Amino acid sequence: MGKWYNKITVFSTALFIALLLIPLVLPRFYTYILATIFVTSLLAMSLNLVVGHGGLYQFHHCAFYGVSAYTVALLITKAHLPYWVAFGAGPVAAAIVGYLIGWFCVRLSKLYFGMLQISLGSLIWALVFRWYSLTGGDDGIHGISMPDFISSTKSSYYFVLIVLTVSLILMYIILKSPFGATLQATRDNPERCEAVGINVRKHQLIALVISTFFAGVAGVLYVVVEQSVFPDLLFWVLSLEIFIMCLLGGWFTFAGPIIGAAIMVSLRTFVGVYTEYWTLVLGVLLILLIFFLPEGVMGFVLEKFGAKAERADSGGA
Amino acid sequence: MLRVEEVYKSFDGFGAVNGANLHVEKGAIVAVIGPNGAGKTTLFNLITGQLKPDSGRIIFEGKEITKLPPYVICRKGIARSFQIANIFPRLTVFRNVQVSILSQQNKSGRLFRPVTNMAVRETHEILEHVGLEDKAERLAGSLSHGDQRILEIAIALGNEPRLLILDEPTAGMSPEETKRTMDLIKDLAENRDLTILFCEHDMDIVFNVAQSIMVMHHGRTLVQGSPDEVRLNKEVQEAYLGGDEDA
Repeated sequence: MGKWYNKITVFSTALFIALLLIPLVLPRFYTYILATIFVTSLLAMSLNLVVGHGGLYQFHHCAFYGVSAYTVALLITKAHLPYWVAFGAGPVAAAIVGYLIGWFCVRLSKLYFGMLQISLGSLIWALVFRWYSLTGGDDGIHGISMPDFISSTKSSYYFVLIVLTVSLILMYIILKSPFGATLQATRDNPERCEAVGINVRKHQLIALVISTFFAGVAGVLYVVVEQSVFPDLLFWVLSLEIFIMCLLGGWFTFAGPIIGAAIMVSLRTFVGVYTEYWTLVLGVLLILLIFFLPEGVMGFVLEKFGAKAERADSGGA
Repeated sequence: MLRVEEVYKSFDGFGAVNGANLHVEKGAIVAVIGPNGAGKTTLFNLITGQLKPDSGRIIFEGKEITKLPPYVICRKGIARSFQIANIFPRLTVFRNVQVSILSQQNKSGRLFRPVTNMAVRETHEILEHVGLEDKAERLAGSLSHGDQRILEIAIALGNEPRLLILDEPTAGMSPEETKRTMDLIKDLAENRDLTILFCEHDMDIVFNVAQSIMVMHHGRTLVQGSPDEVRLNKEVQEAYLGGDEDA
């Protein structure tokens, strides 16, 4: 158990250092793509907290990502508040909206949860899309100036990398805590959880607040990288994409969604250059995945190379 | 310790429980018997809050628990197992029991402490008691049916209940597994100071283990008494023991 744990630590540290050095040699465009992958990874990871580990059908997760991004954009461009206030307010706003929507959703189960969630999330999208005077409608908000220390591609890359790393460590700690273990138990068997004295709804609601908070953090990072926001950030298509990232990477594993995000963003970027029908490739990939890797890429890797050790360490998925 | 008074429950007009009465003394092993569909499982679900009765009262240790949600009833000291193996299949055997203990210790909501070294001693103690210690690191879903049922009892023990309710603890078990389970139940009643309420199809087991037996028929309590009283009761003989159902 100890050995396996150390291997992961060594690998992550090496990867982190490599990612710190890589912008020094990488062209600007690729640095930007990497930063995009990081932002998307964090979004997918936040979704997987409740989907993979909590078993909740959070179908419209990017609504919270968008709420945060718009909060940051509006606070900076309209309210002229300091950056750090806006950056803090984004995730908090996302978590508050996550609490409100979650409060209704946890009263339903499985698919009904998902249907209500997607409707309420779409409502927020409609609000942003239609409220022209405040949000600029489908034009979005552009040219959000960032403070000097994160305004260049390289410096924003570092900012995103560091925030992502801190967020991942926090998520890891939370998942390995009694809260995380209990959350996984509510995923496996909510009825049994009630019978061992766990208030399942309350537990799920707290998980949703945590998850939407991290989606909000990803929203802040998006603004830092793109310096603009637009309504597609809250559109259900993006929610579907991040849901697929979780499945693709392996939703019962910790780091799976990162791999899913990397695959999806790369496909969109590099296949998207040749054809706008890059989703065709994605479709074929998904079919192959369902047949050959039902546990996702990461699930497959763990099964092949260290499933037992990982399980022993984590007490399960 | 537990009193069920004139409880009714119907589903879409079908009366599953039509006036059930039950009393369980502290430290006793009490069995509920009755043919399939007599309402035994429904009665248990009413006691532990999975279902809410239409009328009647359920009193535990002098306090009314009727219509409380399951997790509140559990915290008052009633734990249960289910008829079908009801475990956390994707978690290890160890974690299955640990989650239950953490809930009992009110630590389920802790966010920033590693769970790996919490409640470890208590978890191993229970696993040792029920004989699953050697399988602690296996995924619960990969256990044999018999072991999954034992794990269920272990999960229930994690709550440190005073009253343990077991819904057909030996259903689907081989004769050896059945014996092992019944030995465990007797052992629990003696060594853990537990009161046990269970239902069971196997009459040998019931008359062997239970000190008091309640007989249900068509959702109604026919009689509750000692094994001998029940054996000699005419109504019971007609309705159940002498009948062709599944005695």
